[in-house]
Amino acid sequence: MDSRTAEKTPVETPQPPAARLSARELAIRYGFLALLVGLIVFFSLATRGFTSPQAAVFILQSVSITGILALGVTATLVVGGFDLSIGSIATSSMMAAAYVMVVLEQNALVAVIACLAIGALVGLINGLIICYMRVPDLLATLGMMFLLIGLQRIPTEGRSIATGMTLPDGSTAEGTFSPAFLALGRHRFDLFIDNLVPASVVVLIVLAIVIWFFLEYTRFGRMMYAVGSNERAAEFAGAPVKAYRIWAYVISGVFASIGGILLAARLGRGDIASGNNLLLDAVAAALIGFAVLGAAKPNAFGTAIGALFVGVLLQGLTMMNVPYYTQDFVKGAVLVIALIFTFALLGRKAR
Amino acid sequence: MGEDAIFRIAGLTKAFGPNAVLRGVGLDLHAGEVTVLMGANGAGKSTLVKIMSGVHRADRGVMMMGDKPFSPISPAEAMRAGVVTVHQNINDGVVGALDVATNLVLDRLNGAGRGLFFNPRRIRREARDVADRMGLGIDLAAEVTDLSLADRQMVAIARAMAHEPQVMILDEPTSSLSSNEAERLFALIDRLRARGVAILYISHRMSDIRRLADRIVSLRDGAIAGRFEDKPLDYEGAVNAMLGQNLGLHGIDARDAAEPVFSASRLTIAPGAKPLSMALGAGEVVAITGLVGVGKTRLAEILFGIHRPFSGTMRLDGRPHAPRNAADAIRNGVFLVAKDRASTGIVPDFNIYENMSLPFLPRFSRLSVARRRAERQTARTQIADLKIVCRTERDDLATLSGGNQQKVTVARWLTQPSRLLILDEPFQGVDIAARHDIAAKLRESAGRRATLLFLTELDEALETADRILVMSENTIVGEHRNADVDMDKLLAEVAGKQHETAGSV
Repeated sequence: MDSRTAEKTPVETPQPPAARLSARELAIRYGFLALLVGLIVFFSLATRGFTSPQAAVFILQSVSITGILALGVTATLVVGGFDLSIGSIATSSMMAAAYVMVVLEQNALVAVIACLAIGALVGLINGLIICYMRVPDLLATLGMMFLLIGLQRIPTEGRSIATGMTLPDGSTAEGTFSPAFLALGRHRFDLFIDNLVPASVVVLIVLAIVIWFFLEYTRFGRMMYAVGSNERAAEFAGAPVKAYRIWAYVISGVFASIGGILLAARLGRGDIASGNNLLLDAVAAALIGFAVLGAAKPNAFGTAIGALFVGVLLQGLTMMNVPYYTQDFVKGAVLVIALIFTFALLGRKAR
Repeated sequence: MGEDAIFRIAGLTKAFGPNAVLRGVGLDLHAGEVTVLMGANGAGKSTLVKIMSGVHRADRGVMMMGDKPFSPISPAEAMRAGVVTVHQNINDGVVGALDVATNLVLDRLNGAGRGLFFNPRRIRREARDVADRMGLGIDLAAEVTDLSLADRQMVAIARAMAHEPQVMILDEPTSSLSSNEAERLFALIDRLRARGVAILYISHRMSDIRRLADRIVSLRDGAIAGRFEDKPLDYEGAVNAMLGQNLGLHGIDARDAAEPVFSASRLTIAPGAKPLSMALGAGEVVAITGLVGVGKTRLAEILFGIHRPFSGTMRLDGRPHAPRNAADAIRNGVFLVAKDRASTGIVPDFNIYENMSLPFLPRFSRLSVARRRAERQTARTQIADLKIVCRTERDDLATLSGGNQQKVTVARWLTQPSRLLILDEPFQGVDIAARHDIAAKLRESAGRRATLLFLTELDEALETADRILVMSENTIVGEHRNADVDMDKLLAEVAGKQHETAGSV
């Protein structure tokens, strides 16, 4: 259709009166956002310093890595799949970055490329196993999770990686994390206030916008939703269904490896003990996202809000001196409520 | 049998939100009689059935079973009170992973007062009782997944009969059966009738209705539009009451093809099948008819690139046509409205315009970004053309009735010009009005493409096609121009009287 004919059509069809939202629909659509605003108001009244720009940035920083992983897993949820390997992809990527710089003594660029390649490769393998070997997604990625948790420890015989460590052959690792790489985790950009916004937050926001635009507005995103909603219908409409599913796992793998890069840059070492909570936190954020705006399906905006919601809640509770060991309980409770909200109130069938 | 109604409904109303679906329905069912309920899609049939079977609760009105009030709060309670329902979706009535015997007595396994363990021999014995009573000639040890649809339907009905119900609701039980299979089902229903069960039979198929009905009730816009009890039953009156207008079956003004578009030569679609040949021309609508399971869907999917033929060649506009997949076929201009829209057609999470643009999204995109304005404009045109009942093109598919969902899946393939448009059972689960809209649109737009319909129902073929091909045992056995059809010959071909492979050209 050319632009001339398009101009004749009204941009917006007027909504008939029946389309006015009832109270219940309003609650479904805006309930979670209202809850988020309510939480922020509550915490800013109950604690001091919660509303400062620094505190806001701190919240974003605290959720940046899980948020990035969650955005990646959203892509697999969209095609009707699931990716349990994201946490271990992220820690593998972190270990790989440390290994490349500290042991192999390469620069930041090589480290970043190596990490992204690992993420893409693992995602590709996940996709191939699921699409061509017909292994169910949960089981395939569960297996991959185990595999990676083991694999990342083999090159260093189970030790964390840091400058000066002893290598398996008895020599000492001489390489260091390059400053450019560390800047990914530690540099702060100026925004009205000097040194306010950390690089990881910028990465999070950029990736969130990219994946949101990709899923909502491009034909590839639309087809991924079609694959997730009715795979055979998508196939009969001529879509290369397997390719879309494999791409979703590649996206998930790459996003997880970006999370791993930021984790390595923040820690400055390859720490085998870190990143334990990444998988659960990221999946929680993506699932909470189902409830945002009454979507009842995976969506990038919801995932971002879900991550933010968890961040706000934890930061607020911390500032109110609620003990750290209650954190997982709080996250779990939020997730359960969000899921009830999604599946009971919205009345849609679970997949 | 008895003249007094065993089951009575009066003044039943039900609304979902602002939508009044039932507006005071009254209905009597008599023991040992088949009451046929007719109604267009969206007339409220399903809602009425759901209220009777305890899925929904009525807003107002009473139901009486004998002289006791009947207001079930769950399907289990409705069943206990003597009302059982066999739903349209056959697989809702049987459990595929179990054998026939276990399926027949499944509800007893669930019942209260049963021990923790079950005795396979006893199950077999009880199942044998049920099967004998119903005259069910099916191997009780067979897995349900290995049965044909018709056999599954019989098992579902026999299973329902195990409750000794007084009222049985059959919701379009023949919608996926061929006429032979349907006849077996009718024999079963005759037995139910003889046993004094009051049957509420919901169907669109006139052949079913003529065969079974003792009474006909027409439902329209949530109210009873007509009751027909005097013999002989006024079938035309019932249809008119249901539609609220006189559609009448118009004879087709059979057209001849212009230039040839598609041809298949010596195509083998199944191992050991006789090769088939056919030619389709621009502007003509051709129907391939035949019983369920004679290879119609197989052939449709071969033309569309889902399967490959075992031998033979196809040509489209003079060039070889050998699609490797659906995308390939679509690029060549061969489109398929696949059978069973729920599993192969609609994307339930998408709204109308997203469903319509699905196969052609690249053409609705600039730099891979979907142009929603163009999509919506196209959807609005199709909505008007096909008289799709909806609020806007952004309505979710789930909010549309079956007929309108089917219109959307057909419209999807009308948004772009095609060389060969294939429709596999496009009228399945579609009411008569929607069927007329779709058929009229197909004939009107047939213009430069070839149109091929696969239809089990002969009536539908006679009503829509210029030419009718008959399939039997994976090949084409007959051809008729829809002007002076020799019905005896056609029916013999459908029934599988082997002629020499005819086909055309």
